[in-house]
Amino acid sequence: MTNSSGNRPWTFYALAAFFAAYVLFLYGPMLCIFILSFQGQGGALVFPMRGFGLYWFIDLFTQVRTGDVIGAIERSLPLAFIVMALTVAISVASGMAFRQRFRGSGILFYGAVASLVAPGLVLGIGIGLMFQLLGVPEHWWSSAVGAQLTWTLPFGLLIMFAVFGRFNRAYEEAARDLGASPAQVVRLVVIPIILPGIIAVALFGFTLSYDEFARTLQTSGPTNTLPLEIWSMTTNVTSPALYALGTVTTAFSFLVIGISLGAIAVIQRRRFGRALPAKRP
Amino acid sequence: MLSARVRVALQVLPLALVLLVFFVVPIGFVVAVSFFHYDDFGIVPAFSPENYAAVLSEHLTLDLYLSTLRFAALVWFFTLIIGFWVAYFLVFHVRNQLVAIGLFLVCTVPFWTSNIIRMISWLPLLGKEGLINRGLIGLGVIHRPLEFLLFSDFSVVVSYVHLFTIFMIVPLFNSMSRIDRSLFEAASDAGTSRLQTVLFVVVPLVKSGIVLGSIFVITLVMGDFYVVRVMSGGSRASVVSAMFDDISVLLFPHAAANAVFLIIIVVLMVGLILRAVDVRRELVDQR
Repeated sequence: MTNSSGNRPWTFYALAAFFAAYVLFLYGPMLCIFILSFQGQGGALVFPMRGFGLYWFIDLFTQVRTGDVIGAIERSLPLAFIVMALTVAISVASGMAFRQRFRGSGILFYGAVASLVAPGLVLGIGIGLMFQLLGVPEHWWSSAVGAQLTWTLPFGLLIMFAVFGRFNRAYEEAARDLGASPAQVVRLVVIPIILPGIIAVALFGFTLSYDEFARTLQTSGPTNTLPLEIWSMTTNVTSPALYALGTVTTAFSFLVIGISLGAIAVIQRRRFGRALPAKRP
Repeated sequence: MLSARVRVALQVLPLALVLLVFFVVPIGFVVAVSFFHYDDFGIVPAFSPENYAAVLSEHLTLDLYLSTLRFAALVWFFTLIIGFWVAYFLVFHVRNQLVAIGLFLVCTVPFWTSNIIRMISWLPLLGKEGLINRGLIGLGVIHRPLEFLLFSDFSVVVSYVHLFTIFMIVPLFNSMSRIDRSLFEAASDAGTSRLQTVLFVVVPLVKSGIVLGSIFVITLVMGDFYVVRVMSGGSRASVVSAMFDDISVLLFPHAAANAVFLIIIVVLMVGLILRAVDVRRELVDQR
């Protein structure tokens, strides 16, 4: 319990230790493979470190037997950008609609939740069967985009619920009273206010697509995306090259997360800076 | 100018279309194919219950469901305990709100990285030659490496908990943040102990968070096919991993019948959970 002053209760220390243990549990294993990926040529899958260097990173990108890693990255990146753009546009639009009750809103909401919790592989099989029976070839830029949207859109929608939950509609009314057109209200008032939320949706759209596996497995067509490449490596590759790939993709994810969170922080700071009462006339 | 109704319709149209084309129709195709006939020569469109009869009569089906449900129950239990206390610590014990948000982000960041990578990152820790066995031998606690650590039910549950606890933390954090702090003072004025406050004040108020988190975790475990495969070393299967085996040998109708069966069971479970709490009201209307 939070006493505003005085000593912290013993439960604080107990739960702080519990929390620290959880964070160690969360990051410890990942740290292990990052460290192990920097081994020398004689490297193995377990500790101790055998040598030190970038050998396995070079191996990863030059060896044919480890698969087409670069090609997979070249597909996964544009795929993630397409899914991100669609997720942002569709989530924001439907998030705005969900501020009022409309006919079918319940069905649509439960449809989105069902699409989120449906077993990914089953959905992938369904989409694969649909393309097969309709005679349309599958590609990462068609079937896989659709499959991933069934996973990223519900998340985007839930974030928009949270964003619009704190949104004061008085701003919109004020803009309308001042003669703004509906398009101007959205462009000049709503979008700037919810911008941090939009960046959060973009972050979800990008990273959830970039790392998506279960739904993409049956829908990516003849070529692999990066998670599918990693999956095939888990069964074929028994060298630290596997860990090197893990390090590379995780570092890239961290970069994207860092940029997004940094952008949100900058916007919020600027906003609060502006909102402070002026000290001088 | 567009009328309000038309505007709302246009705003939700893309979402509705995506859900229709890539969720509803594909599930329809799965249902259709589950009635198809297949033999050594291929798959023939038909309307035959033979695949369901096959799925229901196989001894394996019951085993798979029991094994998957057991994993779901275990993982649900551990993620609920961990998720509850982590969220509780962040919301009620960390006084500085910025620190709380920062620590919350520390918990969520791994969610945005690859599940497969996070899963295989347990290999150098849990293996026979792994860090934990070496450490314990080095300390003299054990003399022979513990075999149950890797490629066992234990490592499967550890990986699930590692991957999915975040789905419990986020809804619980969200529900707890909305609790009015003056309730704690009221509770302590009324003479309740710390534990009683948690049990009789916090838990009832975060019911919707518990329900949402439980739905996420249980459906994720029920739908998993790769963690159970890799982390059990191939010794365990799940409902969906059996489906995965089916389609890799092109037994689509059999897999489809199994999938329909799984969907019905998952929908029933989620429906039962949702009967307890109206999650939509909590999410959309109660602001």
